[in-house]
Amino acid sequence: MKKLSARRRHPLAAVVVLLLALAATGGLYAAFAPAGKAQADETAQSLGITEGQKLYSVGCASCHGTGGQGSSDGPSLVGVGAAAVDFQVGTGRMPAQQPGAQIPKKKVIYSQAEIDQMAAYIASLGAGPTIPTKSQVSPEGADIANGGELFRTNCAQCHNFTGKGGALTHGKFAPSLEGVDPKHIYEAMQTGPQNMPSFPDTTLTEKNKKDIIAYLDAVNGDDTESPGGLELGGLGPVSEGLFGWVFGLGTLVAVAVWVAARTAKAKKS
Amino acid sequence: MSSQDIPEENVPAERATDDHAEHGHGAVAVADEQNPFADPGLPPHEHRIQDIDERAAKRSERLVALLFVLSMLATVGFIASYVAIPNDKSVFIFPLGHISALNFALGMSLGVALFAIGAGAVHWARTLMSDVEIADERHPIEAEPEVKAKVMADFKAGAKESALGRRKLIRNTMFGALALFPLSGVMLLRDLGPLPGTKLRHTLWSKGKLLVNMNTNEPLRPSDVAVGSLTFAKPEGLETDDEDFQKEIAKAALMIIRLQPDNIKDKQEVEWSYDGIVAFSKICTHVGCPISLYEQQTHHALCPCHQSTFDLSDGARVIFGPAGHALPQLQIGVNAEGYLEALSDFTQPVGPAFWERG
Amino acid sequence: MSTTTTSDSRSSREKAPAGERVADWADGRLGIYSLAKSNMRKIFPDHWSFMLGEICLYSFIIIILTGVYLTLFFHPSMNEVEYHGSYIPLQGQLMSEAFNSTMHISFDVRGGLLIRQIHHWAALIFLAGMFVHMMRVFFTGAFRKPREVNWVFGFLLFVLGMFTGFTGYSLPDDLLSGTGVRFMEGAVLSVPIVGTYLSFFLFGGEFPGGDFVARFYSVHVLLLPGIMLGLVVGHLILVFYHKHTQFAGPGKTNNNVVGMPLLPVYMAKAGGFFFLVFGVIAAIAAIASINPIWAMGPYRPDMVSTGAQPDWYMGFSEGLIRVMPGWEINLWGHTLVLGVFIPLVIFPLVLVAIAVYPFIESWVTGDKREHHILDRPRNVPTRTAFGAAWISWYFVLLVGGGNDIWATHFHLAINSITWFVRIAFFVVPVLTFMATKRICLGLQRRDRDKVLHGRESGIIKRLPHGEFIEVHEPLSQDALHTLTAHDQYKPAEIGPTVDENGVERKVSGAQKLRARMSEGFYGEEGQIPKPTVEEYKEITSGHGHH
Repeated sequence: MKKLSARRRHPLAAVVVLLLALAATGGLYAAFAPAGKAQADETAQSLGITEGQKLYSVGCASCHGTGGQGSSDGPSLVGVGAAAVDFQVGTGRMPAQQPGAQIPKKKVIYSQAEIDQMAAYIASLGAGPTIPTKSQVSPEGADIANGGELFRTNCAQCHNFTGKGGALTHGKFAPSLEGVDPKHIYEAMQTGPQNMPSFPDTTLTEKNKKDIIAYLDAVNGDDTESPGGLELGGLGPVSEGLFGWVFGLGTLVAVAVWVAARTAKAKKS
Repeated sequence: MSSQDIPEENVPAERATDDHAEHGHGAVAVADEQNPFADPGLPPHEHRIQDIDERAAKRSERLVALLFVLSMLATVGFIASYVAIPNDKSVFIFPLGHISALNFALGMSLGVALFAIGAGAVHWARTLMSDVEIADERHPIEAEPEVKAKVMADFKAGAKESALGRRKLIRNTMFGALALFPLSGVMLLRDLGPLPGTKLRHTLWSKGKLLVNMNTNEPLRPSDVAVGSLTFAKPEGLETDDEDFQKEIAKAALMIIRLQPDNIKDKQEVEWSYDGIVAFSKICTHVGCPISLYEQQTHHALCPCHQSTFDLSDGARVIFGPAGHALPQLQIGVNAEGYLEALSDFTQPVGPAFWERG
Repeated sequence: MSTTTTSDSRSSREKAPAGERVADWADGRLGIYSLAKSNMRKIFPDHWSFMLGEICLYSFIIIILTGVYLTLFFHPSMNEVEYHGSYIPLQGQLMSEAFNSTMHISFDVRGGLLIRQIHHWAALIFLAGMFVHMMRVFFTGAFRKPREVNWVFGFLLFVLGMFTGFTGYSLPDDLLSGTGVRFMEGAVLSVPIVGTYLSFFLFGGEFPGGDFVARFYSVHVLLLPGIMLGLVVGHLILVFYHKHTQFAGPGKTNNNVVGMPLLPVYMAKAGGFFFLVFGVIAAIAAIASINPIWAMGPYRPDMVSTGAQPDWYMGFSEGLIRVMPGWEINLWGHTLVLGVFIPLVIFPLVLVAIAVYPFIESWVTGDKREHHILDRPRNVPTRTAFGAAWISWYFVLLVGGGNDIWATHFHLAINSITWFVRIAFFVVPVLTFMATKRICLGLQRRDRDKVLHGRESGIIKRLPHGEFIEVHEPLSQDALHTLTAHDQYKPAEIGPTVDENGVERKVSGAQKLRARMSEGFYGEEGQIPKPTVEEYKEITSGHGHH
């Protein structure tokens, strides 16, 4: 220990300590950051168009195989349906960029027309859920309150009360539903992307899905009112506690410092 | 004063001199040649601007009055907001978002009204009231020996007169009576609830009960349940407006998934399933949260409360977290009309473990 | 001072002002003049950290005031009703009357939402204030004789505050708090032998039953606050009776208290501070939403949301329960649910660990004197290190309680955080203890250098032979006194075990333990000897200073 204490006054000691700390932090993060490969989905069904096929062979075939049969890098797309393609490519999740616990949404790189062509091609490989129409996803005529009950039964356990998202195992997560296109929410329920289970029309009817979308629009839309003030992320007691400590107690301690401080004395002349 | 004396050899001696040194206010002790660390006494009082400059004092006075007036205005504002702003009016205020106008107006006006009173009072105290520090003497808490002696004598006299020590029969029976009577109070708590009996062992499920979809309130057919999907079910006949719905669903809630039959690793799970459709209790075996964070690719179900993780393809055994045992599985089949039905009640208690669970 | 009545007041009663006549009336019945004589000009020292307790007191008063208002509208009933209030997304939903009336307070009573939010924010701040206040008392040693009883009162207030908070946020019967109540049921069930019975008695049968809201209600509004009010009054009486502690400084001794008088300065400052606290909390309730039950929906035992956490003060127990491995023992037809029961037992132990420390310290020092001068935390390294270790322990558990939120916001895996907390639960307090103790000793060394060699002035001087030195300015006597005013204990020794006659003296295990702990607290590793007058004189007179 003597050697160490002799060297800790060395001019470079601080730099060494800093480097060690950075390395330790990075190492810890690497140790804790979730690893593992994500898989795209493997849901069930078919149609075909040549432009879509061209786009497919450039952008997707390297992982999903030249005929959508799948490979070690990506699942088979036979029977996943147009809805799955519209969801995955339309939210930027596909094409996937890097391996991780889960493929996150990114900037969309294809135009809607191109997405539709690819969707048509994939749908031609095997029958699957189709892209919902405007009226299927519009909140009009839906029962918001029933949607709320359905949301709390089927969705809130992963996506939180109002769709703010939440954690899953080993670094996977249920994403926030804020600002997500109702069409994509509908498609996600129908196709069950990645680790999300699907909620097919046979168990969660078209009307049910419409209700859920309407509920989300009401409680997590652009104009949703938070009557009490700042929503604090809608995360519940953790963020409330943090706010209470930092801004509540923090402000009060600052006030206490003012109350107890000595008043400035007149300058001695 | 006895215990004020230094009782132990390990207490420093130097304290004694400090303790009994007394210093008048403002008496700047001449640097002590013997002890440079001696207490120099309270520093002399220095004046604030307000003490010597009447204009500054006037400014303080005006500021205090201004704060009190501000409070009055804010209270008027509170009353005006209460009367004028409708309860359901929403406003957009950056960065708070769309919030209730009434809540914001009432809260801010109340906050200002109160804060201004406080700020005024404190500013008044800080700038205009005397800031000369005063030293108050402390007196030892414990009684002087004479006082203690008097109390002990009084107590002895009283105790003797009561004859409590001499008449043991009275003493013992009194203690007995005092010790027993609270039992009546304990008895009265008995009817807080019924005895558990076997209530925790039974749910509404029984042979032939259909699995009713929570979303549609319709009985489920095997074809409704797709591989990779997640469905929640309740027993046939249980409706949300039933009086004991909450109590029954707390035990009977069911989570239904469908796996590829060859993905199921547990033998009993296969036997109790129907064509890959398996039904597990939705109630976590840890402390009873409805567990249903189902990952369809890994077949894991995670509890959102305490992160117990169950492998639904392997008899729902616990693979992570604080739960102590697997989720109970419900044995299901298909009836003559082609609907999914239960083949019996759960064979073990659902939900959190308890002493009698065994 | 108007505390004395002139002896001829009877004859001049007509002339006395009205206020004095009222005071005379009261004095004749209540003896207020004698009370005022000792208290009206009572001295309170000024320091911001002495006001933390006031934050607690005032938020407690605010909670009572707003709570009484809320009871005017709240229905503590679990009867099912259909919602027909003004919040659209819950129209027609079935819910308990408790939830329905809370919705009514939030949306249909003007100002009801504000009062609800003030009540809840004040509760969070009340508990946070008590936590910080307790830590202030701990780290400055203000719990020492004669204040041990008041430390216990304060500790009880903190614990009762936690349970009052828990029963309070469970009342609306919303999906989040219902999940918390369900957890409580599971925890009660895990108690060996009687758990099932306790649960059935608590809930009037099977969970959730129709009773717990009404039962929690009377506990929340009557039983616990009643006890707390009594404790608060006792706590304040003792503060008055003991007179406030103060930090060391010129003119401040163990036998006096230096500060400003209650009338008028503290009347204005403390009274004003009540309004400041109330004002800040009201503004926070105007700005930030808390417990938006409409977003959570009514409780159903088959529903849940992710991110289900209790309020912050229960967070450490949530951490305990989340990171505990799922141990369960089945023997002779019975189940021992260790995975739940062990956290349930550790939960009070975490709190008791800090509560009993003062008694351990007083046993180790054997000091029976009154202490009214506060310690600087650095001057009591072992105590400071213990307190810091306890806080780090508490914080580790809070991290565990929010592991899912940490996971999503820092892109970590929930499983890794859980494992981190499992290990950190044992390791972090030890590391914190060691690090804090070293920091304290370092600061003590610096104080010692400052006293002996003076303050670094920042002025560099070149000596005739070319060496550069920094000029050190000697400290003022005020500073010298302040830096050397603290006591330093000597480690207790067992002494010779054989007396002069060769007879062996019995040394009990407790005595040995005490000697060992005392060595740890006050031995060479435990503190840096403060400078003595001799050392100071030798340095200042002999070699000049650099």
